Amino acid sequence: MITLDGIRKRYGALEVLQDVSLTLPTGAVTALVGPNGSGKTTLIKIVLGLTRADHGTLHVDGQPADAEGAYRRAIGYMPQAAHFPVNLRVGDVLDLVAQLRPGEATDGDLSRAFDMNALKDKYVGTLSGGTKQKVNAVIAFMFRPSVLILDEPTAGLDPLSSNVLKEKIRQMRSEGRSVLVTSHIMTELESLADDVAFLCDGRLRFSGSIADLLGRTGERSLEDAVAALMRTDAAA
Amino acid sequence: MNIIALVLQAGLRDLSRNRWVIAYTLSFLGIAEGLFWFGGTGPQVLLSLLNLVLLVLPLVALVFGTIHVYASREFVEMLLAQPVPRRQLFAGLYLGLALPLAGAFVVGAGIPFAVHAREGASTGGVVALLAAGVGLSLAFAAIATWIALLTDDRLKGVGLALGVWLAATVVFDGIVLGAAAAFGNYPLERPLLGLMLANPVDVARVLVLTQLDVAALMGYTGALFEHTFGTVLGTSVAAFALVAWIAVPLGLAERRFRRRDF
Repeated sequence: MITLDGIRKRYGALEVLQDVSLTLPTGAVTALVGPNGSGKTTLIKIVLGLTRADHGTLHVDGQPADAEGAYRRAIGYMPQAAHFPVNLRVGDVLDLVAQLRPGEATDGDLSRAFDMNALKDKYVGTLSGGTKQKVNAVIAFMFRPSVLILDEPTAGLDPLSSNVLKEKIRQMRSEGRSVLVTSHIMTELESLADDVAFLCDGRLRFSGSIADLLGRTGERSLEDAVAALMRTDAAA
Repeated sequence: MNIIALVLQAGLRDLSRNRWVIAYTLSFLGIAEGLFWFGGTGPQVLLSLLNLVLLVLPLVALVFGTIHVYASREFVEMLLAQPVPRRQLFAGLYLGLALPLAGAFVVGAGIPFAVHAREGASTGGVVALLAAGVGLSLAFAAIATWIALLTDDRLKGVGLALGVWLAATVVFDGIVLGAAAAFGNYPLERPLLGLMLANPVDVARVLVLTQLDVAALMGYTGALFEHTFGTVLGTSVAAFALVAWIAVPLGLAERRFRRRDF
C-alpha cells in the first residue's frame, strides 16, 4: 500500500502538485488520469524517489520512504517507453536488474509468457518498440513487488501481449498487491481498474471507485466521466 | 558484485560495441601507425600525436560524453527506480563512460608505439602521453557529465560542451598570449603559472613535454613551468593538477546527480 499525504511540488513559479493526498489500497488497481500536464508523471516520479517533493510524506507498506531508496524494494516500475543501451543484449539488461537486487525472489511468469529466453542474445538496438516494451514489463514484474506502477503499460504491445499483461495485472491484484496505472485508453482502464484518481492542474479533483465517479457525473463510461470532470474543471 | 561494478560492466559492454568508440580507437591507431609509416621517428610521432591528443580528446570526451549522458537518461531513471543509492549508481555510470573513452585512446595510440618500440620514442614520453590522454579523457568526461546534469536542454548542453572545448583549446591560449603582451613589463611568472594550472589541456601538454627534451616546443608557460619547478617537481605538480581537474568536476557532477530531480 502507498500513502501520499500533502504532497506539494513546485518548479519555479509553476506549482505542479498542490497538496495531493492519496492512498493506493492493497488488492486494488488505481487508475491515475488527468489531462496532459496535470502532474501525473511528477506524482509517479515522487513515489519512485526520482523527484523530491517540496512538502508532504510518502509511506510504502506502512514505512516512510527513506532517502537512500531502500523502500523501492517494494516497487515495480514500468515506464511509458523502454530505453535501454542499444549495444546491450536483452540478457545483459535483465541480468543487470536482477543483480542490482540480489537475494530477492523472482517471478518468471511474464518472462516465460513473453519468451525472454529466445530474446536474451538479441541486442536491444535490434528490437521493435513492442518487444522493448515486453522487456520493460518483465523488469517491472520481476520481483513480485507489493506495489506496481505502470505508466501506459500496453503502449506498443500487440493485442495478444497486451492481454497477457492485463491478465498478469489482474493476478497481482488478486494476490493483494497495489497497482497504479496510467493510460490514455479509458476503456482499458475501465476494464482493469477498481479506483480512479483524477488530477487536474496539480490538484486531486477526485479519488474513489469507478462506480462512485460514474454516479457523481451521471455518465455511463469512464471515458465520458473523465471528460465530464475535465469540462467541469475547465469551466471553473 | 557491487552496484558500481555492475553498472560499470554494463557501460563497458555498451560502449565497447559502440561504433563511434570503435571508430575513435581505429582513428588513433591509423593516425599513429600512419605517422610511423611515413617515416616519422618515435619522438616525432610522439610530438605530432600530442598535438592531436590535446585537440581531439577534449572534444570527443565533451561532445560524446554529453550526448551519451542525455541518451542514457531514461535508462538511468529505470535504474534509479531500483533500490540502489544514487552515489553508487553515479560512480558506475561515470566510470562506464570515462573508462571506455580512455581505454579506446590507450589502445589506439598505445599499440603503434608498442609495435615500433625500437624507433626511438622514450618510454617515459610514451607513458606520459598515454597518462595525459587518460587524464584528459577522465577530466572532460566528468565535465561533460556535469554539463548534461546541469541542463535538460540537450542543444544547450552540447553547445556548452563545445564552448568549454573552445575555451580550453583556443581562447585560453589567446588570453595567455594577450596577457603576456599587454603586461610584459610586469613580473608575470606567478600569475601565468596559475593560469596554466587553470586549464587541463595546458597541464596535459606540460606533463608530456617535461618528459621530452623539447624546451622550444613548451611555449611560454611551459618553459616557465619547467624553469620554476624543474622536471621532477614539475611532473608531480602537473599530475596533481590533472587529478584535481578530474576530481573537482566529478565532485560537482556527483553532487548534482544526488540532488537533482529526474
